[in-house]
Amino acid sequence: MTSAVATADRAKERTPLTDEDLLLLLMIRRFEEELLRLFGAGLLNGTTHTCLGQEYVPVALRTLIGLEDFVFSNHRGHGHYLARYQDLRGLLAEIMGREGAVCNGVGGSQHILRDRYLSTGVQGQSLPVAVGVALRLKHAEPGRLVCAHIGDGTWGEGSVYEALNMAALWRLPLLVVVEHNGIAQSTPTTAQMAGTIADRVKAFGIDHHRTESTDIGEIRAELDPMIQRSREASLPLVVEFATHRVGPHSKGDDTRPPDVIERAEAHDWHRSYATAFPERFAHADERARSLVEEVVAEVQDLPPAVWTEQ
Amino acid sequence: MRVVDNLNLALRSVLERDPEAYLLGEDIVDPYGGAFKVTKGLSSTFPDRVLSTPLSEGGIVGVGGGLALAGSRAIVEIMFADFVALAFDQIVNFASKSVSMYGKRVPMPLVVRCPSGGGRGYGPTHSQSPQKHFIGVPGLSLYEISPFHDNQALLPAILRRAVPALLFEDKLLYGRQMYTEGVVDDLLQYDFPAPDVARVFVETPDECDCVLIAPGGVSQRAIGAVRRLLLEHEISCQLLIPARLYPLPIEALLPVLRGAGSVFVAEESVAGGTWGHEVAQLVHRALWGELRHPVTLIHSQDSIIPTAGHLEEQVLLQETTICRTVVETLRD
Ligand SMILES: Cc1ncc(C[n+]2csc(CCOP(=O)(O)OP(=O)(O)O)c2C)c(N)n1
Repeated sequence: MTSAVATADRAKERTPLTDEDLLLLLMIRRFEEELLRLFGAGLLNGTTHTCLGQEYVPVALRTLIGLEDFVFSNHRGHGHYLARYQDLRGLLAEIMGREGAVCNGVGGSQHILRDRYLSTGVQGQSLPVAVGVALRLKHAEPGRLVCAHIGDGTWGEGSVYEALNMAALWRLPLLVVVEHNGIAQSTPTTAQMAGTIADRVKAFGIDHHRTESTDIGEIRAELDPMIQRSREASLPLVVEFATHRVGPHSKGDDTRPPDVIERAEAHDWHRSYATAFPERFAHADERARSLVEEVVAEVQDLPPAVWTEQ
Repeated sequence: MRVVDNLNLALRSVLERDPEAYLLGEDIVDPYGGAFKVTKGLSSTFPDRVLSTPLSEGGIVGVGGGLALAGSRAIVEIMFADFVALAFDQIVNFASKSVSMYGKRVPMPLVVRCPSGGGRGYGPTHSQSPQKHFIGVPGLSLYEISPFHDNQALLPAILRRAVPALLFEDKLLYGRQMYTEGVVDDLLQYDFPAPDVARVFVETPDECDCVLIAPGGVSQRAIGAVRRLLLEHEISCQLLIPARLYPLPIEALLPVLRGAGSVFVAEESVAGGTWGHEVAQLVHRALWGELRHPVTLIHSQDSIIPTAGHLEEQVLLQETTICRTVVETLRD
């Protein structure tokens, strides 16, 4: 069977998903595409890392991670934020430095703090901090957990291992979500990681689960009991998503050969859902498009963000 | 030639001439060639000695220290200067101390390259000028690239000194042109009154109302200010750009400073404990009685560096800030 046929077959077997999830997936996709377009048109300043291809990760997790749990995000965090808050306007204003920005335009794309959600642009930095938050939650709010997103490249940083060690030693409710997209900026995982994430995690006596699914329902069914256990028994857990970066690392900086990009695209949830539920998909896509377009038009006309709490 | 191309050539010639030289860094190999394309083409020519590394800043600077210890020359690129903080221990507690802490001199030819500075909207963790955090570390030297200093001469000279060094590279400078033949523009010329110290002057280098000292990354803003001071305020200001920031070759600067009696230091670092403080102290000790006013420091605000363009502009050192400070100081 060719891989295209296999993909199509898999697509037909998609478990149904709610309109809300579908819309959210597509909203994030349109938002990210729109950012790249705005950059291309010279309407955005600075940098951005889109989560194209990886939108389903935070969307799948959103019913398993509540607002009382902490989320640590990274440079590729727009999807993490939008899946949690559905706040296109606040995020776009942040990225464009306009009034209504979540962090007054100070943090920008990769430094966002909102309630129990925090992102930072230094790889590996968040994990020990997440351990600190988990330590507090374990005692002050048992049953809550800390979810920290990192990429495969970030496993090069020593702080990751220091954090895993402490989380295991102290039995802390820390969920590390690894979005293993096979590449770090321009470097394939094979050129930067010896051994596997699974074995590294096992060495700390921490549970590890790897999923290749991009199916929201399937992922939730797989992860729900594990995350429950992590909460109830107060234990760390590492969930590794075998995922695919469909877009550039940042903007206009994709040096991957065409066949590698094609392979990533073949795994895109977007195609599978479009094939599985064509009408609902088209409808949701239309809606996502117009929501994003509205927000872009609105935010572009806003005055610059004001920073008072210096 | 653009500054980035000059730096690329300099790295290439080090690797070519010295079969024991290594270049390490994240995403530095082809076809990507580094986040700022400084290393483009090098891994294709020297695949065994130009290595893309995992995201391990502390680790790779340590590896550079090991290569140097074992007799190689090592150059390590930190993708954004902010992340040199992750290598602080290797730089401060290993590489720099090793030169002398074993009671005998240990050669340590290690250069850590740090793309620094803001102005590109990269935000608080990708825009800093961390020079000040490394000043006064025994055994450690700080350099900064400029559009005047030919890196093909500078880089081998740094390696020959065989002490660990940080080389700061302003990100906005990469795309600018190198100056050649002593000409800056229609008004300004430059020369090198001392080795590795570039001087920008109007007509004749012997006369000026004041001297502005700045690291290479501030060149464009400083030159802009010098022009404005001349054209809008009839103030003749000479600009000095030393390639080595620390230890600063102060003796070489004194003749120029003495003549002017008025000294300013402009840097992008945010306020507090900056390189300028070190420069001012050196100048005060040497020329206290001969100065018309204490050395005036001009730098960015006491602030993190925000992302949005209009906020970044409020925080970072601007040409207009330099100009205004000089005018106001001389008027008082
Ligand atoms: C300490 C540190 N080093 C380097 C960088 C620059 N950088 C940003 S993202 C990135 C790649 C990260 O790869 P990975 O963790 O796999 O996440 P992905 O980008 O694939 O989502 C790099 C090198 C950084 N932000 N922080």
